[in-house]
Amino acid sequence: MLYRENGQFKTSYAADQQIFPITQDRWAIIGILVFAFVAVPLLVDEYMFRAILIPFVILSLAALGVNLLVGFCGQITLGAGAFMAVGAYAAYNFHIRIEGMPLLASLLLGGLTSAAVGIVFGIPSLRVRGLYLAVATLAAQFFTDWVFLRVPWFTDYASSGSVSVSNLQVMGWQINNPLNKYLFCLAILTVFALMAKNMTRSAIGRQWMAIRDMDVAAEVIGIRPLFAKLSAFAVSSFFVGTAGALWGFVHLASWEPAAFSVDRSFQLLFMVIIGGLGSIMGSFFGAAFIVILPIALNQLLPAIGDLVGVEISTAGISHAELIIFGGLIIFFLIKEPHGIARLWSTGKEKLRLWPFPH
Amino acid sequence: MNLRKLVVTASLGAIALSALATVPAAAQQAKEQYFPVLVYRTGAYAPNGAPWANGYVDYLKLINAQGGINGVKLSFEECETGYATDRGVECYERLKGKNGGATTFQPLSTGITFALTEKAPKDKIPLITAGYGRSESSNGAVFTWNFPLLGTYWVGADVAIQYVAKQEGGVDKLKGKKIALVYHDSPYGKEPIPVLEELGKKHGFEVQLLPVAHPGVEQKATWLQIRQSRPDYVLLWGWGVMNLTALREAQATGYPRTKMLGIWWAGAEPDVRDVGEGAKGYSALTLQHGAEHNSKIVKDVLATLHAKGEGTGPKEEVGEVLYMRGLISSMLAVEGVRKAQERYGKGKVMTGEQVRWGLEHLDLDQKTLDAMGFAGVMRPVQTSCLDHMGSSWVRIQTWNGKKWEFLSPDWYQADDKTLRPMVMLASGKYAEEKKLSPRTPEECNK
Repeated sequence: MLYRENGQFKTSYAADQQIFPITQDRWAIIGILVFAFVAVPLLVDEYMFRAILIPFVILSLAALGVNLLVGFCGQITLGAGAFMAVGAYAAYNFHIRIEGMPLLASLLLGGLTSAAVGIVFGIPSLRVRGLYLAVATLAAQFFTDWVFLRVPWFTDYASSGSVSVSNLQVMGWQINNPLNKYLFCLAILTVFALMAKNMTRSAIGRQWMAIRDMDVAAEVIGIRPLFAKLSAFAVSSFFVGTAGALWGFVHLASWEPAAFSVDRSFQLLFMVIIGGLGSIMGSFFGAAFIVILPIALNQLLPAIGDLVGVEISTAGISHAELIIFGGLIIFFLIKEPHGIARLWSTGKEKLRLWPFPH
Repeated sequence: MNLRKLVVTASLGAIALSALATVPAAAQQAKEQYFPVLVYRTGAYAPNGAPWANGYVDYLKLINAQGGINGVKLSFEECETGYATDRGVECYERLKGKNGGATTFQPLSTGITFALTEKAPKDKIPLITAGYGRSESSNGAVFTWNFPLLGTYWVGADVAIQYVAKQEGGVDKLKGKKIALVYHDSPYGKEPIPVLEELGKKHGFEVQLLPVAHPGVEQKATWLQIRQSRPDYVLLWGWGVMNLTALREAQATGYPRTKMLGIWWAGAEPDVRDVGEGAKGYSALTLQHGAEHNSKIVKDVLATLHAKGEGTGPKEEVGEVLYMRGLISSMLAVEGVRKAQERYGKGKVMTGEQVRWGLEHLDLDQKTLDAMGFAGVMRPVQTSCLDHMGSSWVRIQTWNGKKWEFLSPDWYQADDKTLRPMVMLASGKYAEEKKLSPRTPEECNK
């Protein structure tokens, strides 16, 4: 009753091709944006910003990038952590080596460098597929780990190999408190997410999906695999690299290659799989699941223990957190192999028929 | 999945979220000095993290049992980091504002220390990193909130070379020697490199760098290189399972353990116990203390806490090397609060800023330490506004196959002439990057 597009007639091509054709969707997106930009800053405290929301926003951006490649173009990658690292270190070098470099430019140049590296490591995708490609992209991970640990130039000859940045600002806007950091990341995420949404609706997105569904057939109908695959690698790495730069600059402020280890790559891939392959929305669900759930469990378990009068040891909580988290992953994968995003679209279908399901 | 299920799931999720939001608010409590404790009792480094945490918490409990700091009781809360930087930062954010504000943070991880170094000045919480962290942070003029008390890795590297020189019969004998550094490939392991290279240039020995990737269970290639190049000494800068593996590999390669010297984080019982006799002769630096089963403080802890079943962790581990490290780290924080109370009011809860003043004016002479039960464990510690380290004394202990023991009563002290310029240079560079102006002596006295 509430969610039904009956009667919404499109009278022009522009109206038909707009990004959210259903009025309710449009309002929902506007509502979410207003909530994220206006209501959230009024409601939450510093801890929520620093420990939960900022990591969530940045990793959503990274998951979005990975989803473009894995979910839309079907190229499995285990190198996402590597591209985050490239983005972070490239942005760092642009930022400190060029006097007066604006922050935004450093971040985007970091993303572009990452895109270039992504293309190089995407070349094997023209020959190998599936799990073999995953192994090939794993090489990117170990290569960047090695480069940033071993080549001192990239870390500006820091003795410990750890780099740091400070005094971030965009055109006089100081990004120094948690609120500004959050808004800055959120603004970037919003622009990138809309970009991704549009890209997947356009010719290039359709090419990626054709390659994903059956690359031989796609080639037969005139799609160039070289262009489609490498462009997917480039765009995905650009997103992931920008997220990496944000992770280093805004979230950590001081980092070492371990921040972008192979664990991060796996984490991002899991986000996409759990959230939903080939779904923009799914990237957010996946990031929320992986970032927020462990922390929530970690805090809820002692609270629940208090309620029933049991004191759980620190190690006990940590183990229980891993057990429950793992259990939930399996539960979701069995119940909904297509990810949480699928749950969302099923919900929307039901909502369309409600209250008279047939 | 039908709509009913969906609604149930959604509402459960909402309950979980709201519960999450109310947790921090529920923790407001009475006037107690609050000590957040970042620990890792799980994960790859748990065997080393757990005894440290036990010692840390036991000392706080002991102070409470003795009536607190001038009557102020201590409260504490653990947060599990798993040695991961992002979880450590999350713990820091979670605990820093609780119960009237954190007294101090001691992350026991160089990676977390680097991240918190950027955050602590804004939150005005001192960061104690006893025996680890950034070496240049001993310069209190630039690193106003960092306290690498008792020693840094540069102190460790310098003393390690002094020890090697002594074994060889003099500094001039170092010429032409080859010293390998087997290190954990992280900021922790890389810290000593600049000092070793500097000393190598000065004394004419060659430094061979052999990194080992986290967590350090794969060292075959490293030890193959050692077998080929036959360095005269091997310095081991490992943590957790890496130390154990290194000693096993040394045994397999036939590299003499007597020529191996570990940093103080590679010289505890979990590092050698499983190798047992195979590690005999292996030496390690100590952060002043060794395994101190016979000290008065350990007897106090056993009698006051463990005898009543209130102790933390297994009773047998009380007095072991890492347990003592945790206990001493805790003691330094408590003494910082005690010192601060002398100035800002006895029997009051101190803020982070006041505790910093206390930590900058620590003056634990031998009499005080002996009275607290640390006789034979530690030497005096005296900090100042510019010197946040307080002491750079080191002893060398050796594993005899069953326990750690001090073969010689010698104490080593780091050579300030070499280290001070390096500290000033590195901290100056940091200040320049961050656009900080170092504190002047006048600001110190405020």
